[in-house]
Amino acid sequence: MTASATSPGAHAPASRRLRLPFSAWSMAAVVTALVLALPVLVIFGHVFIPAGEVWEHLRQTVLADYVTNSLVLLVGVGIGVLLIGVPVAWLVSMCEFPGRSVFQWALMLPLAMPAYIIAYTYTGILDFSGPVQGLIRELTGLGYGEYWFPEIRSLGGAMVMLLLVLYPYVYLLSRAAFLEQSVCVLEVSRTLGAGPWEGFRRVALPLARPAIIAGLTLALMEVLADYGTVAYFGVSTFTTGVFRTWYGLGDPAAAAQLSAVLLSFVFVLILLERWSRAKARFHHTSRRYSTLPRYRLRGWKAAGAFFACLLPILLGFLIPTLQLGIWAVQTTDQWMNPRFAGLVFNTFWLAIAAAIIAVGLALVLAYAQRMEGGRVTRVAVRIAGMGYAVPGTVIAIGIMIPFAAFDNALDAFMRDTFGVSTGLLLSGTVFALLFAYAVRFLAVSLQTVEAGLGKIQPSMDDAARSLGLHPLKTLWQVHMPIMRGTLLTALLLVFVDVLKELPATLILRPFDFNTLAVRAFELAGDERLPESSSAALAIVLVGLVPVILLSMTIGRSRPGQGAGQEDATDEDPGRRPRSRPLAVPAGTAVNPSADDPQDR
Amino acid sequence: MRALLPRPLIWTLAAMAATTASLPLTGCSPGAETEEVNLYSARQENLIAPLLEQFTDETGIEVNLVTGSADALLQRLRQEGRNSPADVFITVDAGRLHQAHAAGVLQAIESETLEDNIPERYRDPDGEWFGLSMRARPIMYHRDRVDPAELSTYEALTDEQWEGRICIRSSDNVYNQSLVASMIASEGADAAQAWVDGLVPNLARRPQGGDRDQIRALADGVCDVAVANTYYLGLMLEGDGRDRDVAEQIGVFWPNQDDRGTHVNVSGAGVTAHAPNRDNAIRLIEYLSSAEAQEWYAEANQEYPIRDDVPTSEILADLGDFISDDIDLYVLGKNNAEAVRIMDRGGWR
Repeated sequence: MTASATSPGAHAPASRRLRLPFSAWSMAAVVTALVLALPVLVIFGHVFIPAGEVWEHLRQTVLADYVTNSLVLLVGVGIGVLLIGVPVAWLVSMCEFPGRSVFQWALMLPLAMPAYIIAYTYTGILDFSGPVQGLIRELTGLGYGEYWFPEIRSLGGAMVMLLLVLYPYVYLLSRAAFLEQSVCVLEVSRTLGAGPWEGFRRVALPLARPAIIAGLTLALMEVLADYGTVAYFGVSTFTTGVFRTWYGLGDPAAAAQLSAVLLSFVFVLILLERWSRAKARFHHTSRRYSTLPRYRLRGWKAAGAFFACLLPILLGFLIPTLQLGIWAVQTTDQWMNPRFAGLVFNTFWLAIAAAIIAVGLALVLAYAQRMEGGRVTRVAVRIAGMGYAVPGTVIAIGIMIPFAAFDNALDAFMRDTFGVSTGLLLSGTVFALLFAYAVRFLAVSLQTVEAGLGKIQPSMDDAARSLGLHPLKTLWQVHMPIMRGTLLTALLLVFVDVLKELPATLILRPFDFNTLAVRAFELAGDERLPESSSAALAIVLVGLVPVILLSMTIGRSRPGQGAGQEDATDEDPGRRPRSRPLAVPAGTAVNPSADDPQDR
Repeated sequence: MRALLPRPLIWTLAAMAATTASLPLTGCSPGAETEEVNLYSARQENLIAPLLEQFTDETGIEVNLVTGSADALLQRLRQEGRNSPADVFITVDAGRLHQAHAAGVLQAIESETLEDNIPERYRDPDGEWFGLSMRARPIMYHRDRVDPAELSTYEALTDEQWEGRICIRSSDNVYNQSLVASMIASEGADAAQAWVDGLVPNLARRPQGGDRDQIRALADGVCDVAVANTYYLGLMLEGDGRDRDVAEQIGVFWPNQDDRGTHVNVSGAGVTAHAPNRDNAIRLIEYLSSAEAQEWYAEANQEYPIRDDVPTSEILADLGDFISDDIDLYVLGKNNAEAVRIMDRGGWR
């Protein structure tokens, strides 16, 4: 790799002996990244198929609508998730107020709520026929059109629904960042006279920026991929346009081209972020931790913090869950049977397997880039990561095409040479499904893992390696323990995403293979909301278990607290960098390390 | 090995492999001893599973099912090609059946049973697909606010008197696309465009929600007339609580009785071109057209049976008899793209 050859010596292999596994490692990364990028490349490939005058028709009629609505939705949800996610993350990480210990995990709960389910549920509650407006009419005696009430099925409504379920991405990642920040940095800022607000704005926020941006990017990509919510609300976005062009106009090529335009949105988004960050890198230069007392809030400040944390949980989780619960009680026949238990079990294992695979792949790719940022790997990883912003059905087609082509080619070859038919080996198997999840959620695991890995300064690698530790062992014994919180966050995010995943599952699954999301959507899509509630509720409950478990672990993962302390006495030499801080002044942490050779 | 991979990593990989292996890798094992038939269905599982179980009980043939959107399943069929495990493809509109036919993923079937059971106009002339149940898309109105004498045709909904009084769902929906496609077929593209252009300003609100939502909006006073499929109203009438209260306020008007008739569409099925279990596939479709299965469609899903000798449900019978638009249904598939363009141009969201 040319990148490693020209980079400063510190990042070249420490000794000759290590060179061979090193390139094997990077080869594996290149191949993995390319295979994962395949589905997105297939979609991009459609750009070269002439789509006739469909584009002219779109441009003259609906394209402007698609662009405006998608942009407004992006900006609205983007601002919303930042305004909710970052402040509450700071509050529960750095301040002490009543309920904090519950809030720190409860704030993640809306994550388990699929966007289309919350949209259906709130429509049931808030639209004209719902209980809220019914009560208003009963109390005031007014009829339709005689009083003002916000229209839930609108662009604004879609915005609120999406930001309520997507803010946890920003919350989770920025909280993990705040927790992993060296307390020394904050202490120094305090000794330099910075108050809590100043410390947040000038020290903690810039340090957490990559993590916050990573969370924001995930949320926005999910906005672009969302179909269920906007379709039900009758808001024409790029995504609804993709399906209209494909299903309605019967032009899959033009639909794929629209998806490619959608992808360029994401590309611009990523470029903008990278450009604005320029060459700044924020590594932790100190692993010395001490418990920093949280700011104790009292009086109205405590009350303010309490309600700021309560509101998103109330709107994004408690109210919709309560409504789903009421419906589930009314429809016991839907879930009081052994089949439903099988459905839960199936979904659970699928999500666990997918989460482990996606995070494992992300770790391999991110670490390969850290060691020697080969350009092919870098570009392929970026392309693969875009799969998250593509509507699930489209990415599923991008997976189906190469898989089926491979199966059929192999089958034809075997028939011709051996007279044996191998049939479809990959298509329509759980393997294809797991591959789809890996592609679709690579962005989630990768963004999270990269944000965590990026905070570990490269000198840590150098130290470990100069002490004779193999790169893989460095990853295993040095990096992974440090980023335990980050890894668990990534696992949780993918797990919950797979629980909710619908379109790719629907189209790629084997025969007689159901998940909770499939069940919930089939019923909700047929406007049978009460019947769908038990499956939706089960998604939320299954998602709840790891949310709580992992939240407890992430809370403990702050070095210098709880379980983290035990590691310091561990005799394993690989852990030493943790307990033996490197002598770099803490104050330099916020300086952009422009000399970092791993420009990404 | 030990130098390259730390032991815990090996354990993790082993656990990953074990987890993956423990999941069922394929839903079916081709070439197995048991008789089976594989089904790609755009009809939802809960709306077909009871019939399939009945079929298995009667014939001993296991049915393996994948549900999904018709277009995505069609794409899957095309990509899988001659190795596709699917035997039967089921959709809920004739347009998609026609598209499957045009894409060459179906095969022609000769079955006396099917030809006896299913009237000619509800099946493909080449024998590649067969209609299995029928639904109509009439005009619905609120009994207190609209006198049915004011209503006549779909076309008349563009009259000034309906300004701001009509509810209809988004033009993304295939039932609306088929409605416009049927108009193109009988009145021509210009007339269809004029209809869409006249309908849009008369809408009470931006199109949103599903067919049930339009019916609810009628009861709530958001609008006075709506266009929706019959089985939604039938299921609401059959249900309990609020939905029944809503549905009881609604009247059904059969439009265009003096000319082409009310728009209808069918759900249907075809045998795939490379069906590995072709005979079982034919048996399944024959079963779905049997009197027993047709009665189930009528009672459980409030659809019109495709056969004349099977009675409709009581609820649907109460809606009255009507003359249906008897264009060849494959035309709906042929005109679909044109219909979407017309709706795009007319600003029907």
